[in-house]
Amino acid sequence: MSSRDEVLRRVRDALGGARGTHPAVPRGYARRLAGTDAADVPALFGERVAENRAAVRHVGADELATAVAAALWGREAKQIVVPADLPFGWLAELDGVRAMADRPVIDVDALAAADGVVTGCAVAIARTGTVVLDGGPTQGRRALTLLPAYHLCVVQAEQIVGTVPEALERLDPSRPLTWISGPSAAHGAGAAAPAGAEGVHGPRHLEVLVVED
Amino acid sequence: MTAAPPPPASGAPGPVAAPPKFAAAARVALADTALRSGLRGAAAAARERRSAFPEPADWEDLREAGRAIKDEALLNLDAHLEELERAVTEAGGTVHWAAGAAEARRIVTGLVRASGAAEVVKSTSAVTREIGLAGALARAGVAVRETGLGELLAQPGEDGQASYRDRAGGPSDDPAVLAEAARLRLRERFLGARVAVTGANFLVAETGTLVLLESEGNGRMCLTLPDTLISVAGIEKVVPTWADLEVLLQLLPHSSSGAPMTPYVSSWTGVTPGDGPREFHLVLLDNGRTKALADEVGRAALRCIGCSACLDVCPVYERTGPAPYGPVRAGPIGAILTPQLRGVERAAEASLPFASTLCGACADVCPVKIDIPEVLVHLRGRVVESRRHRPVPTPELVLMRGLAWTMSDPRRYEAALRRGTRWARLMSRGGRIRRLPGLLGKWTDARDLPAPPPATFRAWWSGRRR
Ligand code: SF4
Repeated sequence: MSSRDEVLRRVRDALGGARGTHPAVPRGYARRLAGTDAADVPALFGERVAENRAAVRHVGADELATAVAAALWGREAKQIVVPADLPFGWLAELDGVRAMADRPVIDVDALAAADGVVTGCAVAIARTGTVVLDGGPTQGRRALTLLPAYHLCVVQAEQIVGTVPEALERLDPSRPLTWISGPSAAHGAGAAAPAGAEGVHGPRHLEVLVVED
Repeated sequence: MTAAPPPPASGAPGPVAAPPKFAAAARVALADTALRSGLRGAAAAARERRSAFPEPADWEDLREAGRAIKDEALLNLDAHLEELERAVTEAGGTVHWAAGAAEARRIVTGLVRASGAAEVVKSTSAVTREIGLAGALARAGVAVRETGLGELLAQPGEDGQASYRDRAGGPSDDPAVLAEAARLRLRERFLGARVAVTGANFLVAETGTLVLLESEGNGRMCLTLPDTLISVAGIEKVVPTWADLEVLLQLLPHSSSGAPMTPYVSSWTGVTPGDGPREFHLVLLDNGRTKALADEVGRAALRCIGCSACLDVCPVYERTGPAPYGPVRAGPIGAILTPQLRGVERAAEASLPFASTLCGACADVCPVKIDIPEVLVHLRGRVVESRRHRPVPTPELVLMRGLAWTMSDPRRYEAALRRGTRWARLMSRGGRIRRLPGLLGKWTDARDLPAPPPATFRAWWSGRRR
């Protein structure tokens, strides 16, 4: 008997008569925002992003290029990487910053050496202050937002949903997803990690620009 | 993901000497005052971090849903596992089944060998620790690079001499210096790595999707940069549908850190051309889980989503730390899961259900509503039961039988109480009994006993009536 069949046999034996019962799943939890939270979703999103130790700015569509340039200037970024399909307009105001598109594919050493990366996102979640990337338009492949020290993420107001259930409705499970809620942290490392040792792996700084009309 | 320091890795496949009982191992841990104050600090800090965030208004509804989702998964586990296998395979992944730890080690070692890689990067996971994977890979000549910051700082240097902390950048305790040194060093590891080994928090049967939550980003590195990704997960990690994540992705972050979302949540389904590994293997592990599943009360432990909340509120864990619980899982969940996975034949596992005061704090915080005290009491019964069939009865059993004989008759019971009261008052000092004589001494090993009052309640009651 293969291990596959053996494990499945054990499962069936273990469950005996209980096998095949379907307990009702009570779904009384909130699927949408309610009350004051629902009144201004982009504002709630901004607050929660800030609570996640990320910088956040609300900008008008016509200010986006200036805001991108200002953010990169503030980080003293000289060399950045961007997905190949990033709208050219987002980078129109760059001054003294070299932007490298991920086509042809940038090798990992160059990604790791980049001062920053600029992307869009697929969905953002107000309640949790999360941006979700799915490798779709304006986002590029996963390594792009992983290796540079700084990630500047542009979120359009209409991409923001209120809750986690709403986000999952919009997302496609067959795509590789990355949910980002703040910069890389070390508190998961427990007592062994010295306090303040943060940003050892992922980007140490996350900045979000919320574009509203 | 776990907020707790990991128990020491068990490299050896089978222990050479039997592991010590919980009480013996705990005594060693308790004697280490530095460890104790560190643990108290860590648990207190974790509780504080959590309480800094408000509880979602619909928390109880989420817990009820979470409990039911995991029950549905477990009660139909065979069907969900087959569905998962189909979906992962369709998405370009390969599914392997391991009935036990040794088989899982063989599968992973074989996959690494086949890739030709001499080293693997690994992100922390409870299941790889459970099966002793790192040791097996090392014996197979594969260098294992741990990538969690905690492991890196705790791990002795690769040459087995200086610890990382000593070599990081001279004698520095400055967190920023250490972090920078760690970042550079870990980067080197990742950029050259061809094979990675990770765990997973959830396996979605419907879509074949794996989900991993983490704070640091080393998990993202592992599942994005290498050519080959090997994920090892217990069969109980299966959840039925994509929509079920809407509950679990709220429960787990809040219970593990208090924050509404963990910094990084990654999900992947098979392989994606042009993004991430070219090869993906999922190793599904039983290793005793079906034994737990067979126990109608005990199977609740398999609902666990690994949030660590029960560890941070446990008064026993706060004092002993993870080591006495052995390599599987620490804290209250370890006390109910480990004996079920490994059986209660050996003293180490048999003692675990007794490593609790049954205070119930763990059940109150558990996001999937595992009634840990109920399972503990149930398992204590199983331990006693398993001892009953031994040719030579254990002292506890003799004692219990004696008690049953005494208590089944009111006259015998009252006589015993009177006698007991006199003896007990003779033994007490300052109103406390520190040590009971003979075999009963075990009971006072870890606690004092208040001396009984001069007259028993029964004696007082009958005197009052007269
Ligand atoms: S038993 Fe419950 S509280 Fe403890 S780690 Fe598992 S899910 Fe969390």
